[in-house]
Amino acid sequence: MTPRFSFTRRVLIHACALAASALFVAPALAQNALDEIIAKKLITVAIPTDSAPYGYVGTDMQPQGLDIDMANLIGAKLGVKVELLPVTSANRIPYLQTKKADLVISTLGKNPEREKVIDFTNAYSPFFQAVFGPKSIAVKGPADLAGKSVGVTRGAMEDQELGKIQPASTDVKRFEDNNATIAAYVSGQVQLVALGASVAGNMTAKNPQLNTEFKLLLKDSPNFIGVAKGEDKLRGKVNDIIADAKKSGELNKMAMKWLGRPVGDLP
Amino acid sequence: MISFDFGAVLAEWPLLLKGVGVTVALTAVSATVGVTLGVACAWSRLYGAAWLRAIVGTYVELIRNTPFIVQLFFVFFGLPGLGVKLSAESASVLAMVINLGAYACEIVRAGIATTPRGQIEAARSLALTEMQVFTRVVLPPSLKRVWPALVSQIIIVMLGSAVCGQISTPELSHASSLIHSRNFRAFEATLIATLLYLLLAIALRRLLNWAGPRLLFGR
Repeated sequence: MTPRFSFTRRVLIHACALAASALFVAPALAQNALDEIIAKKLITVAIPTDSAPYGYVGTDMQPQGLDIDMANLIGAKLGVKVELLPVTSANRIPYLQTKKADLVISTLGKNPEREKVIDFTNAYSPFFQAVFGPKSIAVKGPADLAGKSVGVTRGAMEDQELGKIQPASTDVKRFEDNNATIAAYVSGQVQLVALGASVAGNMTAKNPQLNTEFKLLLKDSPNFIGVAKGEDKLRGKVNDIIADAKKSGELNKMAMKWLGRPVGDLP
Repeated sequence: MISFDFGAVLAEWPLLLKGVGVTVALTAVSATVGVTLGVACAWSRLYGAAWLRAIVGTYVELIRNTPFIVQLFFVFFGLPGLGVKLSAESASVLAMVINLGAYACEIVRAGIATTPRGQIEAARSLALTEMQVFTRVVLPPSLKRVWPALVSQIIIVMLGSAVCGQISTPELSHASSLIHSRNFRAFEATLIATLLYLLLAIALRRLLNWAGPRLLFGR
């Protein structure tokens, strides 16, 4: 049990912690987040609502997606209630630093700059740029792109990765932005399309008549769960849950359900 | 101090050259077809039946009062919904022809409208058919009067073709964008594209000012 303080002292401590976390990237309240979660029977998770299929608002106005499923899975394993907190790419790390969220499960990629301010668990889901297309076109490998037209957003990561693997006879059509690329694919002006997974997921969800499916991986950059700096107990617990879910096939089931492809090897 | 590296852009000269070629080809086809369409529309608006005048009038007003890029997107992204699928290049040419046709219609119509009545009556009194009066007596001097305006409009359409790169037509501005999305030399690539457009526009104006009197209406 955490020691009980009077209300004013709790406010004071939180205020200090808040200030400290903003200034020193939170070494102050180390190691007790897991205990607090268990005590409150509530875990607060920052999730996206703007990047289908990882996190978006469904027709019933409820958030849904792979990241939401992941948050619920962790809540279930901990035996606590889950409170979902919609965040954007820009503010998700500050939510963690100021302890407004216990975990960030929000298509969060790992890089050295972020590692300086927060900690990461192991990866739980793949994120990738890939070639997508209708079921009627078979693409088993880069060689199958020969003679096909592929739409891609000029200068995007997909453009560069596609350039590395495409056969010479592939007709790469470069468009100005993702919307133009998607419009070209949806209107049938290109046969295949190279996109980031969440952008493609959005497109697939809005145009079910096209029977779009995953074809060919261009580049992998998996998602990690963010925890506040120094919360090693919580991080360890979440890592255990991820490892179990990996072993039991739950991670794979989620990836198949939302992304249409196996979870693959995660770091 | 920013350091410029034009060499990095010029090293991609095959892309730039291809871009210039595509821009020239787009302009050549759409100018020829577009001016012809413009003349036909001008005739229709002046001498056509009421229903034809209404149709052409609607076309002209629709095109002259909407942005070119919207027309281009309609042709490329919209027409497939009606079962008409065009390549990016064909869609670009079609949009440019439709666009130039509407403007050329009004320019040529202005030229025809200022034809002195006596000239037409003289031609009729020589027992020329109405078609002969139009193609031999009315049209050539009309084109001569409006030629500078028509040349300017053709150049505007050529410069406007820069947006055709948005639908993946590999014309000059598309080539320049592609180059700077690869080597991040945006300023240099854009400046070189600007100079190429300037040279193209000057060359086109000279060509048309030379060719017009010789091929279309005599000096």
